[in-house]
Amino acid sequence: MPQVMDADRMARALTRIAHEIVERNRGTSDLALVGIRTRGVPLARRVAATLKEITHEDVPTGALDITLYRDDLMRHAVGPQPLVRRTEIPFSIDAKRILLVDDVLYTGRTIRSALDAVIDFGRPRSIQLIVLVDRGHRELPIKADYVGKNLPTSRRQSVQVRLQEIDGEDEVLLDDAPEEGA
Amino acid sequence: MLKSRHLLGMADLDPEEIVLILDTAGAMTEIAARPIKKVPTLRGRTVVNLFFEPSTRTRTSFEVAEKRLSADTLSVAVAQSSVTKGETLLDTVRNLEAMAPDMIVMRHASAGAPHLLARLCRSVIINAGDGMHEHPTQALLDAFTIREHKGGLQGLKVAIVGDLLHSRVLRSNVQLLNKMGANVWACGPKTLMPPELPRFGVRPTTSIDEAVADADVVMMLRIQHERMHGHFIPSTREYFTLFGLTPERVARAKPDVVIMHPGPMNRGVEIDSDVADGPYSVILEQVANGVAVRMAVLYLLAGQEAVTD
Repeated sequence: MPQVMDADRMARALTRIAHEIVERNRGTSDLALVGIRTRGVPLARRVAATLKEITHEDVPTGALDITLYRDDLMRHAVGPQPLVRRTEIPFSIDAKRILLVDDVLYTGRTIRSALDAVIDFGRPRSIQLIVLVDRGHRELPIKADYVGKNLPTSRRQSVQVRLQEIDGEDEVLLDDAPEEGA
Repeated sequence: MLKSRHLLGMADLDPEEIVLILDTAGAMTEIAARPIKKVPTLRGRTVVNLFFEPSTRTRTSFEVAEKRLSADTLSVAVAQSSVTKGETLLDTVRNLEAMAPDMIVMRHASAGAPHLLARLCRSVIINAGDGMHEHPTQALLDAFTIREHKGGLQGLKVAIVGDLLHSRVLRSNVQLLNKMGANVWACGPKTLMPPELPRFGVRPTTSIDEAVADADVVMMLRIQHERMHGHFIPSTREYFTLFGLTPERVARAKPDVVIMHPGPMNRGVEIDSDVADGPYSVILEQVANGVAVRMAVLYLLAGQEAVTD
């Protein structure tokens, strides 16, 4: 499977994103990171660590599982339910500037679910979106505020983000094999 | 995933399915701590709560679980229903089914009533207690509560004490605990031991002191006066003397023992108030966990609905 991003480029992209966050928000006051499970969570922690290096400030970081908000649940006739994992947002999101973090932005449906989920926790001042890879093919009017890499793809391709914390290695792979149901 | 379309009893679940339900319930507990205690998961689904026996805890627990998942709920109280006018169980349920519910949560005084409906109806059936047979969601919430405190179930000594004969909680719990590798002791007066107890895979005893000694978990069962059509115990006072859980008896258990009761409690009959309200009691945690466990069951079974034709 061809590699489109290695560990060095991933680290540089996340560092650049952290600087853009500080610039656009004029610091880190009232910011909070919310990673979307699974791979958004370690990415959010890395951005938090880089923000701390730049500004010496801690940005609260949470984890969001969007399974209970998915728009494709209950639409299939019969089948196993996706696994529900814990949502952990150990801070109030009221009046916070929320930075939502995911690995790949594709149809936008995951982000739609995540927006609904975040708003069930309170009323943030704003929500911005960070993604490591934007592969296009949006089905909803959603765009990212911070992008690690814009990656033109066809719908038949699959993008796989692999992270040290979960997969033992940092890289992004682009698979040309046609994916069933993609 | 769950292999069965329905949740009729612990008999149908294997250890992996039990772990899946408990893990899913673990993820659901966080919803109760939110400012908006609701997720949209079962939007547009209709759940009928059909209770042919009185119930406060289980019925309200299911209702809260259904509402937190955004299902539309309908609770049929039997006192106000056509059952009192002579309608059969099957007719009642067929009429309810004509209104196209997705799931039916039912409690009935007869063992096997939900199993009968599961064969004859299209809805997903969840057993909320059938006679003296099974009460699977109670066993699951008990297991969830034990796991929260002990980290697991394997190898624990669990003493179940009280009215064993009339208890569906016992029958469901014994199956679950055995599947998960716990060592179960069952204690009660001889008159309240089911004749088939030797086949349950438990250590039977009439001595509460023996049952409670070094126990990790003590589960007290209610004396079910309403099911006693005969003389099973001489008096509640004598029962308390011989089988009541007192602070002195709790002291014989492990120092980190947890005391459980499925409710409703008869204080001063099977359990001393000082124990029920004491530091080892997790009785109110069981109630809170019941909602999360029932949310998990509703969520997992919602994936198994039959294709509507």
